[in-house]
Amino acid sequence: MGFPLLSLIIFTPAAGAAVLMFLRSDEAARWTALGVTMLDLALCVAMLASFDTDTHQMQFTESRPWVPALGITYALGVDGISALFVFLTALLGWVCVLASWVAIERSVKEFMVSLLVMQALMLGVFCALDLFMFYVFWEAMLIPMYLIIGVWGGNGRVYAAIKFFLYTLAGSLLFLIGVIVLYLQGGKTFDILALTAQDLPFPVQSFLFFAFLVAFAVKVPMVPVHTWLPDAHVQAPTAGSIILAGVLLKMGAYGFLRFSLPMLPEASVHYSTLMLALSALAIVYGGLLALAQDDLKKLVAYSSISHMGFVTLGIFALNFRGLEGAILQMFNHGVTTGALFLFVGLIYERTHTRSIADYGGLMKVAPVYTVFLALFTLSSMALPGTNSFVGELLVLSGGFAANLAVGAAAVFGALLGAAYLLGMYRNVALGPASVGARFKIRDVNGREMTAILPLALFVLWVGLYPKPFLNIIDASVKHLLAQVHSKGSGQ
Amino acid sequence: MDPVVSIRPLLAVAVAGLAALAVLLLNRHEKLRDVVSPLAATAMFAIVVSMAPTVLAGGTVELHLFEILPGIDFAFRVDALGMVFATVSSLLWIVAAIYSIGYMRHLKEHAQTRFFACFATSLAAAVGGAFAANLFTLVIFYEVLSLVTYPLVYHHEDKEGWTGSRKYLVYLMGASKSVLLAALALTYHLAGSLDFVAGGLLAGVNASASLLTVVYFCYLFGFAKAAVMPMHAWLPAAMVAPTPVSALLHAVAVVKMGVFCVLRVVFHIFGAGLVEGLGLGITTAYLVSFTILMASIYALTRDDLKARLAYSTVSQLSYIVLGAVLLSPVAMVGGIIHIAAHAFSKITLFFCAGSIYCASGKRNISDMAGIGRRLPWTMGAFFVGSLSMIGVPPTAGFVSKWYLALGSVEAGEIAFLIVLLASSVLNAAYFLPVSYLAFFGTEAQESPATVREIPMMTIPLVATAVLSVLMGIFPEYFLALAEGVVR
Repeated sequence: MGFPLLSLIIFTPAAGAAVLMFLRSDEAARWTALGVTMLDLALCVAMLASFDTDTHQMQFTESRPWVPALGITYALGVDGISALFVFLTALLGWVCVLASWVAIERSVKEFMVSLLVMQALMLGVFCALDLFMFYVFWEAMLIPMYLIIGVWGGNGRVYAAIKFFLYTLAGSLLFLIGVIVLYLQGGKTFDILALTAQDLPFPVQSFLFFAFLVAFAVKVPMVPVHTWLPDAHVQAPTAGSIILAGVLLKMGAYGFLRFSLPMLPEASVHYSTLMLALSALAIVYGGLLALAQDDLKKLVAYSSISHMGFVTLGIFALNFRGLEGAILQMFNHGVTTGALFLFVGLIYERTHTRSIADYGGLMKVAPVYTVFLALFTLSSMALPGTNSFVGELLVLSGGFAANLAVGAAAVFGALLGAAYLLGMYRNVALGPASVGARFKIRDVNGREMTAILPLALFVLWVGLYPKPFLNIIDASVKHLLAQVHSKGSGQ
Repeated sequence: MDPVVSIRPLLAVAVAGLAALAVLLLNRHEKLRDVVSPLAATAMFAIVVSMAPTVLAGGTVELHLFEILPGIDFAFRVDALGMVFATVSSLLWIVAAIYSIGYMRHLKEHAQTRFFACFATSLAAAVGGAFAANLFTLVIFYEVLSLVTYPLVYHHEDKEGWTGSRKYLVYLMGASKSVLLAALALTYHLAGSLDFVAGGLLAGVNASASLLTVVYFCYLFGFAKAAVMPMHAWLPAAMVAPTPVSALLHAVAVVKMGVFCVLRVVFHIFGAGLVEGLGLGITTAYLVSFTILMASIYALTRDDLKARLAYSTVSQLSYIVLGAVLLSPVAMVGGIIHIAAHAFSKITLFFCAGSIYCASGKRNISDMAGIGRRLPWTMGAFFVGSLSMIGVPPTAGFVSKWYLALGSVEAGEIAFLIVLLASSVLNAAYFLPVSYLAFFGTEAQESPATVREIPMMTIPLVATAVLSVLMGIFPEYFLALAEGVVR
């Protein structure tokens, strides 16, 4: 066992949170949080830099017995499926601190502590190789997120926070039952890799598949269990929305990739058509909902439902391009939608309105802001040349291979995406109305640019040269696919 | 012949891109800023032409930049078809750049920096598309072109500008985010690549005929810039743009990008063999014949000169597609050289419309009685352009129509010969009255003496009129390239 890099990545923000508690001034809290997240980001870059793209094996593994009597170990590791999300979490964590710099006015210290704890727990979810640990991290995330929404949110924050909590908790309970069944059926171990190697009978797989489905579908979220999302987003502070859209939504999809597909291959193959149909429903229904919104944040929130539909579509296409595209699209969605929530937050700080009808002609008063908004809007609608197009092309190509009708429905969703995103951009940035006459709006400042530029970089980098990212994913996807089809086809 | 590896294709694109940047930086230095575009245009034309000998000799100039996905690269390959499009666009940019300065200064237009920056970027995108080695690269430039022309269409920022530009974007983006996206994903799924292949990428692919037919039509309508009905309505809507935009972009760069993409799909994605095998050639030919005739009839009913020209463009674009889908070599040659022939003549006509507007403020044909006596050069050029549109020798339009007509005979499809003749009659019916009225009509009231030629606009439009005639007399360059494509 080498240098415990992953532990360091997980515990850096946790330790930072502990240090923060002893600080007195808000300013010190902000700068410390920024330093900690930056250090964590640097560690993640180091991790990716030394990541071996030739193997599907877990890397940077750590394993220490924890509760041997119950088969619980402290086991960490990343592979091609999780590596990008560890990095994404750290990147967005850093962006979140910058986004909260002046937006959070009261209890700054406590807010930063919540952010850092949240980051540690999310990193733990992506790194955990022990099911028990995974479950602990997964559940514990609810607490800081509940606080971020419920304490620092908008006027309806308590309702939104409780709704978020109840939905996720309900899903988690089924997940817990699933975990226990898996533990008992799988030889009384919590070792995820050992459980993956098990060959469970089909009825058990079916039961577990649906137990997991509920838990993961709430997180993704898939229609019809998506209704907590717009409330949570609208009430959450900007940083909360970025975390929610950028990382938390990925957890559900990650669950499918880490548990449902490799552990329950026969069930995954058997129910794939159902999953494809649910994905197509989410793509189209989410798009239609987004089309009807006047609230900027709700529009981006509903667009997430549609975009995550593309992700689950790619996953359950169960072919190489679909899976590869789904994982890339998860990363892309984190970057792009994170950026869009950041932009909504930035403009809300200036005008205190999120209604699209209040805007228009923003290009005249804040040109830099609107140019970058254009970039992220185009990225979100997957214009060729941006990150999402590469993912979308892969997902659709895989989707068409799996099911022509579902592919066609997804294309319709892409058209809806163009409609609501371009419509939003036109009504906010262009048009005859002049928002500058009603509000005094300054363009983005240096701190805000610092948060924007790295995200813009990834939009173009993945859009034009996705190879380094796909290289990280590829070996693990091939292995995952082999697992699914060698076992799943026996059905 | 081995491909020549060279950075020149990228350089041609970069020149225009850098010009856009320079325009933005020189925002406050008007004189200096205005010099940038003609200089960049000349440089771009020189770079493009420097590759012509290789291409004319049957070779290609290639530049492979990097792999995007397995089977998809970001790469340039200059071949004969791309050369036709790039030569026309870069040559006419020189003229249009000078004309634009005259137009914008005369009307004291606002947001000139934005205008020239977007204009230069449009040309970068057009030439980038011309030199794209595969569909993925092509589509990137195609979409960039849609985006950077959008501010040019809403330029006036008045009510018409916003509605017109909205329609523009709805059509172009709507088509590319629906049917075109589906076509791309299906092609990648079927062939595992998006490369242009001589004889057709999809030619050997194992797929049902119905699926391939669907993909084919997704492309045909997905490339909405080709304006095949019913995807044509954005083009008249785009006429709210300043006239130089209508001239170079909506008669040359943007619309030719559309037909260029369709030709790429017919020749290099499907291949003539597969198109014929699926029986799609004749179907498409009837479809575009409908567009040719319908658009001409629309044109007849329009009194606004630019609107009449726009519908004429819709009609003429379908000539190019018709040439390709008749699948006879001669018709293909006709279609390809019509890219150049139509460009030279239609840009002349638009330049004239702008010149008339700047000199007299008139847009409607019915108000133009007697204007030829005030603007003899402009209306003279207009007459030449009209003759080329109709296809009267010795103009460029005659050469391409001759090949198209010969091609339809060669293909044994006399119906399309009749379409071509009928359309020529219609062309005459909506163009000649304009010249007649201008020269022989009586002015309703004596126009003020201020109505006179503006040299910075008149010189470019005379130049393009001369080009239309020159190409009619010396069509060798474009013929050689077109034959290179068909070979």
